[in-house]
Formats: sequence, C-alpha cells, structure tokens
Amino acid sequence: MSALVPQLINLFAAVLLLLAFAMISQRRILSLIHLFTMQGAALATATALVGYATHQPHLYLSAGLTVALKVFLIPWLLHRVIDRLNVRWDVETLINIPTTMLIGILLVIFAFYLALPISQLSSSIARGTLGIALACMLMSFMMMITRSKAVPQVIGFLSMENGLFFAATAATYGMPMVVELGIALDVLVGILILGVFMFQIRERFDSLDIRHLERLKED
Amino acid sequence: MDTLFFVFGIPLAGSVILAFTGHRDFARNINVAFSLGTFIAACILTAEVISLGPIFAGNRAFFIDPLNVFLVTLTAFVGLTTAIFSRPYMQIERDHGKMTPPRLRLYHSMYQLFSFTMLLALTTNNMGILWVAMEAATLTTVLLVSVYRSAASLEAASKYFILCGVGIAQALFGTVLLYMAAEKVVGPEGGALLWTNLAAVKGQLDPTIITLAFAFLFIGYGTKVGLVPLHNWLPDAHAEGPTPVSAVLSGLLLNVALYAILRCKVLTDGALASALTGHLMMGFGLLSVVVAAFFISRQKDVKRMFAYSSIEHMGLITFAFGMGGPIATFAGLLHMTVHSLIKSAIFFAVGHAAQKAGTQIMEDIRGLIKVNPMVGWGLILGSLAILGMPPFGVFASEFLILTTAMREQPWATPLLLLALGVAFASMLNRILPMVFGETTVKPLAHPPAVIPVFVHLGLGLMLGLYIPPYLDAWYRQAARMIGG
Repeated sequence: MSALVPQLINLFAAVLLLLAFAMISQRRILSLIHLFTMQGAALATATALVGYATHQPHLYLSAGLTVALKVFLIPWLLHRVIDRLNVRWDVETLINIPTTMLIGILLVIFAFYLALPISQLSSSIARGTLGIALACMLMSFMMMITRSKAVPQVIGFLSMENGLFFAATAATYGMPMVVELGIALDVLVGILILGVFMFQIRERFDSLDIRHLERLKED
Repeated sequence: MDTLFFVFGIPLAGSVILAFTGHRDFARNINVAFSLGTFIAACILTAEVISLGPIFAGNRAFFIDPLNVFLVTLTAFVGLTTAIFSRPYMQIERDHGKMTPPRLRLYHSMYQLFSFTMLLALTTNNMGILWVAMEAATLTTVLLVSVYRSAASLEAASKYFILCGVGIAQALFGTVLLYMAAEKVVGPEGGALLWTNLAAVKGQLDPTIITLAFAFLFIGYGTKVGLVPLHNWLPDAHAEGPTPVSAVLSGLLLNVALYAILRCKVLTDGALASALTGHLMMGFGLLSVVVAAFFISRQKDVKRMFAYSSIEHMGLITFAFGMGGPIATFAGLLHMTVHSLIKSAIFFAVGHAAQKAGTQIMEDIRGLIKVNPMVGWGLILGSLAILGMPPFGVFASEFLILTTAMREQPWATPLLLLALGVAFASMLNRILPMVFGETTVKPLAHPPAVIPVFVHLGLGLMLGLYIPPYLDAWYRQAARMIGG
C-alpha cells in the first residue's frame, strides 16, 4: 500500500506531462479546453494522493479547490466564451507542430536538469516530480508564445498555473492555505477579466469596421 | 496595532462604497475623502513606528519597519494627491464623453482597491500574500488601463495582463522555492513564509535553492518594475490609460514592485556568500537606463515618453541598490521618493496639457504657457526636475549614485552619463516647444488641478535642498536594513 501511493503520484505526474504535450500539439480550441479540464483533474488527483500519503489534510482542500475551479468553473466559463464568440477552430501556430514538440522535449530535459539539485534537497515524497512540474510550466509558457489567438493564450496561462500548483505540492506539500486561497482568487478574477476583454475587443473591432465602412460611403 | 488596519481598511471600504456610488457627482469627493483618511492613518502609523520602533500586527501577519513605513506614507500621499488631481480631470473627461457613469464607477472603485492592494503588499509580512497583493494590483490596474474601452486601451490592457501575468507567475515559483528552503529550517508550522522569520534564519537557508528562488523572484517582480527587457507592457499601459492611472502606475506600483525585490534581496544576501543579487540588479538596472534613454528620443506620444523616463529611473534605482553600501542605498531610497513625487506631478501636468490640446502627440501640443499657464510651468519645471537639474531632489540622488558609481563601479559611469545626457537632450528638445511659442491649445472647461503639481514639485525641491533630520535618520535606518 505504502509503495503504491508514491507510484500513483508518479503516474499522475506523468499524465500531467503527457497532457502538456497534447496541449502544445492541439490546434482545436475545444479540444484544448477538454485537455485543460483533464489536466486539472490529474492535478487534483495527484494533490489528493500526496495529501493521503503524507497525512496533510489541507492538501485535500487544495485538491477540492482545484476541482471546483479548474475542472468545473473555468472550463465552463471558457466554453461559454467560445460559444458566444463562435471561435472553435484555431489553425494558427507561429511554429509548426512537429517543431513545437521537439522544442517541448528540449524543455523537459532542461526542466529536469534545473530541478535536479532542488529535488535532491527536498524531503517531499513527490520530489521526483518537481522536474515534471517545471516542464509543464515551461511548455505552457511556450504555448503562450507560439499561439497568436487570445483563447489558447489564456489556456496556456492557466495551464502554467497548473504547473505552478503542482510544483508547490511536489516541493513543499503545498503553500499555506491563506496563500493558496489568495492565488485561487487572483486566477479566477483574472480569467473573468480576460473573458470580458475578449468580448470587448471583439465588439470594439467590429464597431471600428462598421465606422470604417460608413466613412467610405460618405466619400 | 489598530492604526494599521485603518491604513488598508479605509481604501477597502472606499472601494466597496464607490462600487455603488462611483457614478454620482459627489463620488470624486468621496474618493478624495477616503484617500485623505488613508493618508491620515498612514501618518499616525508613521508616528507610531518612529516612537515605538517596528510593529507587528495580526498575529505577525503584518509587519511595519522603517523600510516599508516610508513607502506606506509615500503611497498614501501620492494616492491622495492623485485623487485630488483626478477630480477636475475626470470632470473634463466626462464632458468630453470619454467617461460614462458606469466607467466612472469602475474607475473610482478600482482606484481605491488599487490603493488597498498596494498598502497590503507593503505591510504584509507574508511573502505569499505579497505575491497575491501584487497580482491583485495588476488586476485592478488592468481594469483601470482599459477603462476608456478604445481599441488601443484594450490592446494595452490585455498586453499588460498577459506579460505581467506570466512575469508574476515566475515570482510565484520563486516564492514556492523560497518556502521550500525555509521549511527545512523553520519547519512547516513556524510560518515559513513570514519575512521576519526568514530574515531571522537567512544564514541557514540553502544557497542552491535560494539562488534559483531569487532568479525567479527577480524576473517576476522585475517585470512589474519595468526592467528592460521585460518592460514592453509599461509604455502602452501608461499611454493608453487615464492619466491619473499613469501617475499612480509610475509613482506607486513600480516602487512597490521594487520593494518586493528589495525584501527578497535582503534574504538572498544573507543566504549567499557571493554578490549575485548585486550583479543581477546592477546589470538589469544599467541596461534599463541605457535602453530607455535611447527610446525616449524616439517617442511621439508625451505619455509614452515619460513612461520610458520611468523605466530609466527605475533602472537607475535598481542599479543603486545593486551597488549596495550605505551611500548608494540611501541615494536609491531618496531617488525612489523624488521620482515618485516628480513623475506623478509631471503626469498631472501632462494630463491637463493633453486635455487642453485634445491630443497626446507632442508635435500637436504647442504653447501651453498661453492658456492656463500654471499647467505649462508645471510641465517645464517637472521636466527639468526629472532630468536632474539642481536644485531638485533628483539631482541630489543622481549625484550620489554617480559619485558612488565612479568609486565602486567605474566602468558603469560613462554609460550612465551617456544615458542621462541623451535623455536630457531629447526630452528637453520635445518639451520646450510644447510649453513656449505659438499656442494651439484651448482653455479647460474646469479649473485644472495645479495644487498637487506644485505641492509635489515643492517637496521634490525641498528634498534637494534640505532633508529633515528625522527623514534622514529614517532613510539611514532603512538603508541599513537593505544592507547598506
């Protein structure tokens, strides 16, 4: 039993990494949201497992928070946004997918190299997964750089936040509760603001177009 | 102490009340009243810290020492004068149809909430809450920058959000690493993120983890300071938002972000034997000064130009703190104060100037001195002050920084002098024709707020001529804390 839990933690960490790769190779926005939801679920499971293995009850709370925010609330908001804006496809990536995957592999190697000295110093049960957390962060970062559309950028931002949360769990069994709550609040408010922005940008650029057409008519 | 809770309780209450009443005519006055309340509470708090020494509050969750109390007072003061400036400014904007009632409500409420997040970031003892407050400050200012809802302001705000969001995520990772290093020494129950606990054991923190943590924290908060090459959001956010927001961004937000770096620097210096933090800060600081100075010469928009000037000055301050030592650190703190005062005064004058001319493009603003001459005088005096002309305070602090640099980092001095010279020539070249000569501007519908401009300039002048003994002692104490 005691040997099983650490292995399960490693398993879910690996799932997180796989999902990060799936996200950088995915062009469809709808699939991206599904992948993000799965990543949230994997993160919550891994957090709860670390909590179970180390008898840290506040990690259950943290896992619950992740489920509420990143499996239900934020994906629901994102679905609403893309429904209203009617943007289901995203074919534009600045670098083509195979190259992105190769860069992703390099990032993973770099992340493990960077995490090695830290994880040796950590006493955490999940210390081996710190490299994965860092790799998820870096890959989401790259996703934000290589996508030119707003929605994938937001998903990249959120998935970076997932990587960060996993890093906190892997390295230190999670941050103090008050900090974690504050972070969750910031992320939620940030997503709401960005959602509103997307509508406003859309509205503004449409209305600009209309004015442009009117001016042409007057001439 | 109870005073502390008033310091950030007042703006928090203000933001709630203004969220309901912010569109009314009297909301401007409520905004000023709450800012005044915050300032008075900050003054009382300062008096307490001066007489009693460092204060803990809320079960050690908050901590006031000479370093942050001086920034608390400065933040509350600039918050107050900017609120006074924004009274006529927003009246004129409303008459022009740029501010509608819902936008005014959002603006006033977010203005107070922004003050709250700044003060929370300054007074908290918890490095995690510091991060949360900095991120919350980003969110409130993103809303403030986008308040005009124009295409340009939306673009600027979303760019600001994404860049600072990514930057500050790095700082969160740094905080996680810091927590990890501290947990080994303090233990998980001991409040391992409390700065005072960390400072007490900083010599025992693991150097490998701390080095990495500082790198991430520096990149993260450095994005918010606007250090080159992480500065891209700053000119856009300054130029496209309302001018009171530009004033508080330059005058307060950049300072608070730098304060966060200083707190991390103290811990890192204690844990490491090398001068890593100093080298990083000097390098990025110098790069910012030089790059920003050359960008100043290429600007057409007056607010963008002064935004680049903010990058230049934040770079100079970072460089001064990077050099370390009592004189450079003292100069850095002094420069933080005068830059904050003078730059917000300039933005007040620029805001009214742009309203008079109906544009922010410098070539189209001419002869400000003709109509409402005080705005023109404010702009020219402020520009001379920020460029380091004696007898203003910027001259004193820049002189101290340069002379220390000559002694300790002689290689950097020519670069600094070159950058300051380029900034001087190009900025004065733009500002003089704006102020003098044939006029293109119209009078303002409401009397401009010139009192805040001249109060700030007067204080900047005073700090150049004479630093009161208690202020001097205070700077010295703070400089000792940072490691001077």
